Amino acid sequence: MTTTSPVEKAGGATAGYVDQRIGSNKFLSRNLGKVFPDHWSFMLGEIALYSFIVVLLTGVFLTLFYKPSMLEVIYDGSYVPLKGVKMSEAYASSLDISFDIRGGLLLRQMHHWSALIFVAAMAVHMFRVFFTGAFRKPREFNWIIGVVLTTLGLLAGFSGYSLPDDLLSGTGLQIARGIMQAVPVVGTWAAFLVFDGEFPGTDFIARLYGVHILLIPGLILALVTVHLMLVWTQKHTQFPGPGRTNDNVVGYPLLPIYMAKAGGFFFIVFGIIALVGGLVTINPIWIFGPYTPDQVTAGSQPDWYIGFLDGALRVMPNIETVFLGWTISWNILIPAMVLPGIMFTVLGLYPFIEAWVTGDKGEHNLLDRPRNAPTRTAFGMMAIVFYALLWVGGANDIIAVAFDLSINSIIWFLRVTLFVVPPIVFVVTRRACLGLQRRDREKLLHGYESGRVLRLPHGEFIEVHQPLSDKDLAVITSKTDHLPLPAPEKADAEGVRNKHYRWQSMRHKLSSFFYADNVPKPSAAEIEAGQHHVAHEAELEAPLHEYEDADEIRQYHGGVLHHPGEPETNAEQIEQQRSQH
Amino acid sequence: MTDISPREGHHDSTAAHEVEARPGYLPVADIPHRPRATDTDPKAARRAERQVASMFLLSMLFAALFVVAYVAIDKTTIIYIPVFGDVGASQIALGFTLGASIFLIGAGAIQWAKKLMPDVEVVQMRHDQVSPQADTDEAAANYERGKDESGFARFKMIRRTLIGALVLFPIPLVVMLRDLWTPTAAEQGQSPADILSTTLWHEDLRIVSDGTYAPVRPEDLPVGGLISAVPEDLREVEEVEGNLNARGKAAIILVRMSPDEIRSQQGDGWDYQGILAYSKICTHVGCPIALYEQRTHHLLCPCHQSTFDLADSGNVVFGPAARRMPQLPIGVDAEGYLVARAGFAEPVGPSFWERG
Repeated sequence: MTTTSPVEKAGGATAGYVDQRIGSNKFLSRNLGKVFPDHWSFMLGEIALYSFIVVLLTGVFLTLFYKPSMLEVIYDGSYVPLKGVKMSEAYASSLDISFDIRGGLLLRQMHHWSALIFVAAMAVHMFRVFFTGAFRKPREFNWIIGVVLTTLGLLAGFSGYSLPDDLLSGTGLQIARGIMQAVPVVGTWAAFLVFDGEFPGTDFIARLYGVHILLIPGLILALVTVHLMLVWTQKHTQFPGPGRTNDNVVGYPLLPIYMAKAGGFFFIVFGIIALVGGLVTINPIWIFGPYTPDQVTAGSQPDWYIGFLDGALRVMPNIETVFLGWTISWNILIPAMVLPGIMFTVLGLYPFIEAWVTGDKGEHNLLDRPRNAPTRTAFGMMAIVFYALLWVGGANDIIAVAFDLSINSIIWFLRVTLFVVPPIVFVVTRRACLGLQRRDREKLLHGYESGRVLRLPHGEFIEVHQPLSDKDLAVITSKTDHLPLPAPEKADAEGVRNKHYRWQSMRHKLSSFFYADNVPKPSAAEIEAGQHHVAHEAELEAPLHEYEDADEIRQYHGGVLHHPGEPETNAEQIEQQRSQH
Repeated sequence: MTDISPREGHHDSTAAHEVEARPGYLPVADIPHRPRATDTDPKAARRAERQVASMFLLSMLFAALFVVAYVAIDKTTIIYIPVFGDVGASQIALGFTLGASIFLIGAGAIQWAKKLMPDVEVVQMRHDQVSPQADTDEAAANYERGKDESGFARFKMIRRTLIGALVLFPIPLVVMLRDLWTPTAAEQGQSPADILSTTLWHEDLRIVSDGTYAPVRPEDLPVGGLISAVPEDLREVEEVEGNLNARGKAAIILVRMSPDEIRSQQGDGWDYQGILAYSKICTHVGCPIALYEQRTHHLLCPCHQSTFDLADSGNVVFGPAARRMPQLPIGVDAEGYLVARAGFAEPVGPSFWERG
C-alpha cells in the first residue's frame, strides 16, 4: 500500500513510533481485516454495548450536578409547585438538573432511557444466544459473564432509580429494605448496617451513590471488556449458509465494513436515545414530590426489569411461620430471594446442564436453528412465559384499572397460570419445532410445493415442486442428528456391578428426553434423489416456463436496471439465459 | 480511492479460490453474489455518494442548531406541540437537534457501508481454542519447576501458615464493616430488633394530624372518614434526630365507622366511639398505606395490594402480607383531644427474624 497524503504519512509514522514501543502492528496486522459474520440478530449485543456507553457518558454529566446528600434543604428552583418545600439535597439537585440546567432534563432522560434499553438489549441478546445455542462450547464462560452482566445491569438500574430521592424512588428502597429485613438470622442486622440504622436514615443515598457511579459501572465495564475480548479471540459464531462451516467465518472484514457499520450503528443508537430522551418523558420526578416514609402514590411501578420481582412479591400467598420465636417470612423470601436465586443460577449453569445431558463435547461455531434443538427452545420459551406472567403480576393494579378487573381474580389467575401455562408452552413449542423439522425433511426430499398443478400428456396430474436454492439447501442440511447417550449396563461382562448405574441411567433418560422425537435428516443420497426428482418435474414444466419467463423478462427489462451492452429483446435474453445454464 | 477493489473479478463464484495473494485481502467466499445498482451503475454510485455526504452535512447543521437552541431558547418557555402536549421548548429543541445530528452520522456511515463499500463476503479460518500439546507440556513443566524451586510441597509448615494467614487477613476488613451502623445516643445498647419494635407512641401522647400538626378531636373525623396522623412530639424528634426514621414507624391512620360496624378489635375497647387507629406502614414490606374503601372498611396497599379489614382487627383479607395491621389503643384526654392509651403492642412494619 502506498500512502500519499501528509495526514496518512503522519499516521504511518505514528503507527511506527507506537509499534516500536508496544509492538502494536502485530495486533493490527492480524485484526484490521478480521472477519465478522453478518446477521441482524448480532446487532442486539451491539445495542446493549452502545446504550451502556451512552449511560456512561450521560451519567458522567449528571454527576457534575447531582448532590448525593440527604441533608434537608428548602427548594428554591424554577419548578413553582415545589417552591418552599422541605426536601433532601439529592431531590433538590435532581430537580435543578431537570429545570435549571439547560439540557439537564434531556441528559437525565437519556440516562434513564439508555439504562432501560441497556437491560432490554441484554435480555434480547441473551434470547438470541440461548435459542441459537451460541452458549455451547467453547463459549460457556462468555455466557456466564453475560448472565452476571445482566444481573449487574438490574442492580445498576435499581440503584440509579433510587438516587433522585423522590417519592417513587424512596418507596422502591423501602421495599428493598423490607426484603432485606426478611432474610433469616442476619436480615435485621444487614439492613441496619446498609442503611446506617433505621429506614430511611441520612446516609443511604450517599452510600448508594458510590455503588451506582463507581462500583457497579466499574464491574460492568471490566466484564464487558472481557466479554468482547472473548468474542474477539473465539471469533463470532455464524448462522449456517452456503460456504459456512464450523471451521470458518464468512462475512465482512472489520476494516472498512464493520468500522463503518458498527461505528455507524453506535451513532444510530446514540441518536435514537437522544431523540427519545428529548421527546418522551420518563420518570417525571417532580410530580411525585420529595420522599417521606409515610406517603406513597397509587399505581407506583418499578422500572420494567424489576417488574418480575415485584410481580412475584404480589402473586405469592401470605405464608409466614414463627419457629421457636424466630420469624420466617416465606411470603417475601420465596419471591424476592429464592426465586430470582434459582432463576439466575439455572440461567448461568444452563450451558453446563445441557452439555452434561447431551454428552456433547464438540466445539460449536455454527449456530443451531431453534427448531433443531426442540427441547432447548421449548425450555427457553417456557422460561420466558414464566417471566412474562410474573411481569403481568407486577402490573396487576394497572391491568385491573385499565380492564376493570378485580385484583384478586388477576392474582388467582396468575397463581394458577404460573404453574399451568409454562408446561403447556413447553409442549406446544416442542411440537412446533418438530413440525418444522418435518417440514424441512419434506423440503429436502421433495422440494418446495409450488402450488402449480401440471397435467402430463398421458393425463396424470402432478403438483410441480421447485428445487431448493443453494442457500436453503445449506441452511436446512446444517442440521446435525445427535443420538441420546446409551443406556448404561447394570453390570459389565464380568459381572462387576456398575457403581454409577443410577447416575448414568438418569443421564441417559434426560438425554433421551432432550433428543426425543427428533426428525432425522435424510441421507445425502436421499436428498440427491429427492432434488433430482424435483428437477425432473421442473423439466416437465419447462416448456410452459419459456413463455412465462419471457413475460417476466419484459417486465424486468422495462425497469431501471438496463445498462449498455445488455440484451435488448426477450429473444436475446432467453438465448443468453440458455447459454448460461 | 485505489484502483484495486476486492470486488472486481469475483462476481462469478468459480474464480473464488485462486485469487488471494494480495496482502490485506482475504479469500472471497464461494457464494453467488448479485451486484448492487451502485456496483454496476456509476450514476447510482454517485447518488449514494451524495446521499452520504448530505447526511454528514445535515449532521453538522443540527449540531450548529443545537448551540443556537441552547443559547436562544429560555429554559422556562413552554410550547404546545400536538401529540406531545405542553412541553419545555428548550428540552424538545435540544433533544431533537442533538438526536438528529448524532443519528445522521450513523445513518451516513451505514449508507456508505451498504452502498459503496464491497458487499462480497470473505472467508477466514477458525482455529480450535485448545492449545498445542507442546504448550500445555511446557506450562506443566513450568509449574513443576515452580513447585520444586519454591519448595511449596516440601515446606509443610510454611504452606499451612501461609494458607492460615491468607484466610485470616480479610477478617479485619470485614470487621471494620461493623461501624456501617453507628447507633445514635438514643439507640445505644439496643439491638436492631429492639429499635424496630419501638415507636414514639406511649400513653397519653396526643394524636396530631399529619401536615398541620393540629391535635384531633373525635368530632373532627366524620363516620367513613380517614386521616393520616402522627404523634404530637414527632416534629421535635425530627428536629433533634435530623432524619425521618421516627415517622417511618409512628405514622398512623385514623378511621371512623359506626361502632356497630366494628366486628372485632385487637384489644377490648381500643377504639374511641368508633374511631380506630392503625399503623400506616404495611406489614408486608413497609409501604405506607392509605387506599381506604369506606363501604367495606378495606385498606389496600398500593405497592403489592395487600388488603386489610379495619372493621375486623385489621386482619389480612387478601394479598401477600402475612400479618394484620397493628392497632393503637386510643382515647381522649381531659381537653377532649385524641390520645394514645399505650404504645403499639407489637412491632409495626415489615417482619424481621427476631420479631417472633
